[in-house]
Amino acid sequence: MYRISLDSIDNLFAAISAVEKLYIPADREDGQSYFTEWKEGVKLSDNLNTFRSAKGLFFPQVQDLVSFRTEGKKIEVIDTRKETEDFVVFGVRACDAASFGILDRVFLSDPVDSYYKTNRDHGTVMTLACNRPDETCFCTSFGIDPSDPAGDISCWKDKENLYLKSLTEKGEKLVYALKDLLTECDENAADTVKAEVKAVMNELPLSNLKPDDFTGEQLSVFNSEKWKELYRSCIGCGTCTFVCPTCQCYDIKDFNTGKGIERFRCWDSCMYSDFTMMASGTPRLTQLERFRQRFMHKLVYFPMNNDGVYGCVGCGRCLRKCPVSMNIVKVMKSLGGDAK
Amino acid sequence: MREQMISRACELLANGSVDRVIGWERGEFVYDVTPAVFNDAEDLKSRFVFDLFCGANLSKYLVSETAKGGKVLAFLKPCDTYSFNQLLAEHRVKRENFYIIGVECNGMADINRIREAGASGIKSISSAGDKVTVSTVYGDREFTLSDVIAERCSSCKSRHHVVYDELMGKDGEVLDSNRFDMVEKLEKMTPDERFEFWRGELSRCIRCNACRNVCPACTCEKCIFDNASSGFENKAAADTFEENMFHIIRAFHVAGRCTDCGECSRVCPAHIPLHLLNRKFIKDINELYGDYQAGAEVNERGPLVNFTQDDANPSIVNERGNG
Ligand code: SF4
Ligand code: SF4
Ligand code: SF4
Ligand code: SF4
Repeated sequence: MYRISLDSIDNLFAAISAVEKLYIPADREDGQSYFTEWKEGVKLSDNLNTFRSAKGLFFPQVQDLVSFRTEGKKIEVIDTRKETEDFVVFGVRACDAASFGILDRVFLSDPVDSYYKTNRDHGTVMTLACNRPDETCFCTSFGIDPSDPAGDISCWKDKENLYLKSLTEKGEKLVYALKDLLTECDENAADTVKAEVKAVMNELPLSNLKPDDFTGEQLSVFNSEKWKELYRSCIGCGTCTFVCPTCQCYDIKDFNTGKGIERFRCWDSCMYSDFTMMASGTPRLTQLERFRQRFMHKLVYFPMNNDGVYGCVGCGRCLRKCPVSMNIVKVMKSLGGDAK
Repeated sequence: MREQMISRACELLANGSVDRVIGWERGEFVYDVTPAVFNDAEDLKSRFVFDLFCGANLSKYLVSETAKGGKVLAFLKPCDTYSFNQLLAEHRVKRENFYIIGVECNGMADINRIREAGASGIKSISSAGDKVTVSTVYGDREFTLSDVIAERCSSCKSRHHVVYDELMGKDGEVLDSNRFDMVEKLEKMTPDERFEFWRGELSRCIRCNACRNVCPACTCEKCIFDNASSGFENKAAADTFEENMFHIIRAFHVAGRCTDCGECSRVCPAHIPLHLLNRKFIKDINELYGDYQAGAEVNERGPLVNFTQDDANPSIVNERGNG
């Protein structure tokens, strides 16, 4: 394990960005933090978590896929992919770090999504353990430890220092490049911080929430009468899906430039009326069905198909952001008993 | 107030005056209240809340409640009554489907302001008079209501209920509000400064469309931005031009109909001050056509859909244009 004084953290950022592009959570006009490219003067946010998750660095909201140029009867297919640069993202919390594992299961299983894979291959993830978990946090419900985040390099912060520990080859390489700035320290140096976070976690209101109820008969959840009440307030805005680190659905669209087609993909939301629209229409005609889909996917279908891994990491973003305060926790608490 | 509301609702349900009640439901935490429909007394007693966090405007839900038929008891705050009237004027709700109880309101709190003040790990929030106490796992915090009041409430345009069947608490006055102060500041900026300001704000938009979906003036059955065959459909703003245009077009679309209820800004997850766009239109309408408040009257032609001899001429653009 290594440490660096928090007073020198900007030097650390400067050193990283001298090698690779670096993104850190930084505050904007609205006081929320966003993964921002580090430049001289960009300050690490004190916020617990970013408004949007780190997902966008690997799976951007809008991404060009391919373009077509037409001339008479000829169609030229143009690969629009550019050489991806290596980059580092610093300050990813344990929940978001765990979300990469979920996205990997979707995008890296056969057939591999080469766009996502390229970004994953080129990105180095430096996670940061939480110091002040919030009432909306329930990562521990999914077996995630906020005091011990995964990643290529895990970091911890106390009042004076930042502690770093590399966990992968990529992490090792980066730490090596930074070694002039870092001081080697005891493996237990971050133990106090870890213990403090764990103690707070136990005091938080959602600490006892467990998704185990959802491992039973999925049809009984699907057919539960309670959806009729739960969905009612949902305005179908899709905010929950856009801020969610694990939501992975996208739409592929063609933009007609007049001389050809730009084909791109963009995040989609199961909460939208035209989600999975086909020639014959959409399979989910009502908001009840759309609303149910989001939670069935995360709590039932995803674990069914992925060795019991849930499609939620408990980051709490949908709890904070839903305009009508309807969210996965309310769904879990309301439906848990029906899943038997 | 909550007890009084519940007991009156129970009475009206019991004597058959109404079939159901629309109000706010207790959340997981103290502040995350959800709009909900209640069917009986037991339901009301266990789930109904009315407190500092019941800012959500129920008006939009009334459009679908009207479609369901029957009689609905709706509790409306002063600002909500303007939205209701506007929906009436646009024939989106039917008056006979609703029994309206106007409830007194002295401003609602905004959980984001409590968070911005550094409170996290919230366990409970209580209020007494003007004092708001937030107890968190990291210790207690004391605020005055004015520290944590929602922006739209701190610049409230009216405490008067423009429509109701009965009142609970006091009916207030139309207020001399400071709601155009920030618009004036923006007007005084140079075009470049103003552009910078709006780029800073609008570039955070994630195009969730929460602002549109919650808006009582946005009740089109199918929005052009959701319609794949319109050529304008988009789920994500591909570039900054699109991002700007979406908001400007939406503001134009609700101009003259927006009551300034402030829901768009309340729901925006990116905290974009969308109300400033709408207030600019309202201010301009006031200046060009005389004071006008959407929703104040039901049987009145709004200035943008009316013609009078002394309407502003298009050339006004040149006179005002350089600001
Ligand atoms: S469903 Fe909600 S809590 Fe779970 S990962 Fe997504 S945003 Fe976070
Ligand atoms: S959910 Fe867990 S890991 Fe994520 S921010 Fe909260 S405490 Fe940290
Ligand atoms: S659950 Fe909430 S955030 Fe998600 S679509 Fe519905 S209203 Fe929007
Ligand atoms: S609610 Fe906010 S983020 Fe969502 S579309 Fe409207 S302005 Fe954009």
